[in-house]
Amino acid sequence: MSTERAASAESTSPLVSVRDLRTWFELRQWGFLRVGSVRAVDGVSFDLGRGESVAFVGESGCGKSSLARTLLGLHRPTGGEVSFDGYRVQDLAGRDLQWYRASVGYVQQDPYGALPPFMDVRRILAEPLVVHGVTDRAERERRIRRALEEVRLGPGDAILDQFPHMLSGGQQQRVVIARALVLEPAMIIADEPVSMLDASVRVEILNLLRRIQSERSLTLAFITHDLSTVRHYADRIFVMYAGRIVEQAQVDELLEHPQHPYTQALLAAIADVDAANARRVRDVPAGEPPSLLHPPPGCRFHPRCPHAMAGTCDVRDPGMFEPRRDHLSACWLHER
Amino acid sequence: MRRWLEGLRELRRYPSAIGGLALIVFLIAVSVYTVIAIPYSQALELWRGGEAWRMHPVNAGPVWVDRLLGGDKPDTTVVRSEDAETRSAAFDGGRQVRIPLSFDYPHDDFPSEINLFLETRDTEREAFVRLRWQTPDGDIIPLGGRRVAREDRISISQNQTLEGRLGMPPHVGLFARSTDAGQPVPDNGRYRLIIDAILFGEDASLEADLVVYGRVHGIAGTDHQRRDLMVALLWGTPVALAFGLLAAVGTTVTTLVIAATGVWFGGLVDATIQRLTEVNIILPVLPVLVMVGTLYSTNIWLMLGVVIALGIFSAGIKMYRAMLLPIRQAPYIEAARAYGAGNARIILRYMIPRILPVLIPTFVTLIPTYVFLEASLAVLGLGDPVLPTWGKVLNDAQTQSALYNGFYYWVIAPALLLMLTGLGFAMFGFALDRVFNPRLRTQ
Amino acid sequence: MAARPLLRVEDLQLHYRTRRGIARAVDGVSFDIRANEALVVLGESGCGKSSLAKALLRILPRNVHSFRGQVMLGDTDVMALGDEAFRRDVQWTRVAMVMQAAMNALNPVVRVGEQVAEPLRVHAGWSRERARERVVRTFEQVGVATDFLQRYPFELSGGMRQRVVLAMALVTEPELVILDEPTSALDVLTQASIMNVLKRIKREQGTSFMLITHDVATSSEIADRVALMYAGQMVEVADADAFFHEPAHPYSQMLMASVPRLRQQTEPAPIPGQPPELIEPPAGCRFADRCPRRFDRCAREPEPLRVGERHHVRCWLHAGSGGAGGGGRA
Repeated sequence: MSTERAASAESTSPLVSVRDLRTWFELRQWGFLRVGSVRAVDGVSFDLGRGESVAFVGESGCGKSSLARTLLGLHRPTGGEVSFDGYRVQDLAGRDLQWYRASVGYVQQDPYGALPPFMDVRRILAEPLVVHGVTDRAERERRIRRALEEVRLGPGDAILDQFPHMLSGGQQQRVVIARALVLEPAMIIADEPVSMLDASVRVEILNLLRRIQSERSLTLAFITHDLSTVRHYADRIFVMYAGRIVEQAQVDELLEHPQHPYTQALLAAIADVDAANARRVRDVPAGEPPSLLHPPPGCRFHPRCPHAMAGTCDVRDPGMFEPRRDHLSACWLHER
Repeated sequence: MRRWLEGLRELRRYPSAIGGLALIVFLIAVSVYTVIAIPYSQALELWRGGEAWRMHPVNAGPVWVDRLLGGDKPDTTVVRSEDAETRSAAFDGGRQVRIPLSFDYPHDDFPSEINLFLETRDTEREAFVRLRWQTPDGDIIPLGGRRVAREDRISISQNQTLEGRLGMPPHVGLFARSTDAGQPVPDNGRYRLIIDAILFGEDASLEADLVVYGRVHGIAGTDHQRRDLMVALLWGTPVALAFGLLAAVGTTVTTLVIAATGVWFGGLVDATIQRLTEVNIILPVLPVLVMVGTLYSTNIWLMLGVVIALGIFSAGIKMYRAMLLPIRQAPYIEAARAYGAGNARIILRYMIPRILPVLIPTFVTLIPTYVFLEASLAVLGLGDPVLPTWGKVLNDAQTQSALYNGFYYWVIAPALLLMLTGLGFAMFGFALDRVFNPRLRTQ
Repeated sequence: MAARPLLRVEDLQLHYRTRRGIARAVDGVSFDIRANEALVVLGESGCGKSSLAKALLRILPRNVHSFRGQVMLGDTDVMALGDEAFRRDVQWTRVAMVMQAAMNALNPVVRVGEQVAEPLRVHAGWSRERARERVVRTFEQVGVATDFLQRYPFELSGGMRQRVVLAMALVTEPELVILDEPTSALDVLTQASIMNVLKRIKREQGTSFMLITHDVATSSEIADRVALMYAGQMVEVADADAFFHEPAHPYSQMLMASVPRLRQQTEPAPIPGQPPELIEPPAGCRFADRCPRRFDRCAREPEPLRVGERHHVRCWLHAGSGGAGGGGRA
């Protein structure tokens, strides 16, 4: 925690500040009997600086998408708080809430599903503007074209009259990004923006996002399961497991000196293309991520952890330790 | 928009679409023509019956059917005094007038009725007329005389004395050839009704219209009240289409919006809508309509309202809900929420348009079911009291035992129109289904 | 290892009729797979790689326009078999397939144990008891605890379902298993453990694999050989070593350069442009539009050229090197 405070004191205040955020989903039987809560996000804290590009990495079900949706205001947090530009997001309403929604853009995973199939591109890009009261047609057209140019789809009217199904996957994702940009947000949350795209297109889209991020000095939060794409597109990484952040550090630091056993396992499972891969069996921790309905006590990774210490890891929650400078890890191994 | 045009272009590949569309266009053309040619108020007036139809025969079949079957049943002949060579002579205090109303009768069947309509003007007292009937052979049959009111009708075929004298109903006896063997046969040739009238008044005048009612009439025939069924068949078209369309639009739109609202908000809203629907589904629609019709009013627009009201929480909600549930989860809707689109916008502009292509065929095939519902109500005697509709024609036919009496045209024509409506919309709807449904926006 | 290939495919063609014209999904594809060898068919979406798999197993849609070529499975001329004989003697018994997203296509109301036994009961006509025994063994091979036999698909995690689907393909002990994107929907750790299972089965059972994927990194986990498809054709077929370290075709080179590397600082480079349509693909080399090394010969369509031991490239750049042209096989 001390490092975070130090960092924020150095620069200006962070754009996003999340403290002990919890997003739980209640499970009900027959529509009313509460039978428990799925703790999708369970006590997450971090700060995002202005113009910073970060990645949240984890397996499916680790809570990274729920975290993204909570940041977007799509889920109400169960506890904790999210501050954006100094305002408590939970308290926003009416015009302030619309301002917040305009300030945070959203890029989704499945570009085809993210675009209403019955609208043409012009309409799709006009929608956010209409919602935010840009009534002047010419003004809307101007902003739509600017966004399209920014994602390298314009100029030209051809694309504006196309329907999503007429576009390639890459073009669809560019439209999705243009829609996120059209309201000129301060932050973009991209949830697996390239996982449904072909390899050659992935790089294009990632480069595009990075370029836009640096040109507009946006805060960019990537949600991804793919550590290998992160290196070139994020400054900082948060590794999530079972609803918690288990490790965070600058990209190179984290990839070269992973501290948390989970991160180490994750990195070990990722192949860099090499014909020799076929001849070796990878170390994969046994078992599967725990149920978020009944997470294990103590460290949530302990049932799969090769270094689990009985009496500690299965009893007490690890706090955040700082085994290396500016490198945080939630593991008892790093208790000093 | 272009997508719809594309779909429509594709429709041309389906003969059933073209056939169905042709039927629908035909029905719409008929409706437009009717509404222009017979204005609403006039149609109501006409259908009320009465004097307007006095020159029409009762229960006459369509002309073309008779001719098609090789028959030569008489149509109605009207002979007016204006066209006759009227002779008049003045006397002190009045005028004596002779009007010979002559006409050719070429048919080989007897007329159904004979009436003489008289109208006197500027008379001081009731006029007196004496009638004589001249056959083609030159025989003169006196039909008697009587005083006439200002506007009067002499029902020659109802003349009991004459019937007694002729030994058969006058409209048969007056035309029968003078062979007294067996079945009477009409004599063809020129007949004449000679009216001798005494009018009291210097400027008194008499107009007389002789109506020899035929046994066939027009394209559609007439009913028991002499009304031309064409009026009802024609006016039935816009009424049926309007009822069907409004009911279909009304129920579809409200049901869709309610289903979408339930799906979108979920929870208690959705549960309430579902329970209401379940209750409503087991409510029998027809008995409720019969109740409203019997106890309250059978006004067609009220019925429409009740039909829509009962249709709102119908099984459609369940269907739409099933279609909308996956759409609620669609990423594009999540995106819309993320940029701040409100609930109404999401329901109306993001959820509903998504299922419209699938819905339109259902909607098209829904129209005739409401047309049939309206007709069924009318057949049950709960038709609109003033509007001419196909169902009312059927209802009349039923109460007059049309089929028993052999007036098939009375039942077949409205039934055929109902069937064509159903067929047209069904054919078009099924073709639409094939075009829009399988490719739910893929590729 | 025997030099005689287990599967030899010669000039395979599968064209579809579509509303806009003939789609050449598989357009003159030749390759072979030896016993206990894993061939990875790489390609971007829409390149025809899934159609290739379906063509080999004759899982064809109704709008097939033409389907021809030579497919030899051992000594069997597969294309000469009638549908009934193919279904009985080849499908599932000798060649099995795990379809794309098959883990989501499991029958939700049948216990997974019974579903896995189904190929045995249907294709091989085994008794329930005998099939059950085999199913238990197959479950152990793919790493699913045997008490999962009684469970329904929805009770299993994605990784477990994928293993069940894999068991379904392996249960008849086929010589060749075709896997269409077996791990693309799975998490990194699950992917790695599924790949571990495949490696172990390959080693222990001697099974051959044809793995279809768009993911270069995953492909290297099992590949002995790599075939890269582009617009319905195989542009390069090579040993994994050669392909991953010295790709010969410009497209292969660009594809390798576009792969993000976790442990290297080199930045991935995108491939500009888009693949051509399968309907009326361009005359000449189909990659020419996007190729930085295009020259005048590219206007003519290149045949697969032999550039080395079991290494063929469809590119005119290699016309001078490595022996005679044409589709000859070593």
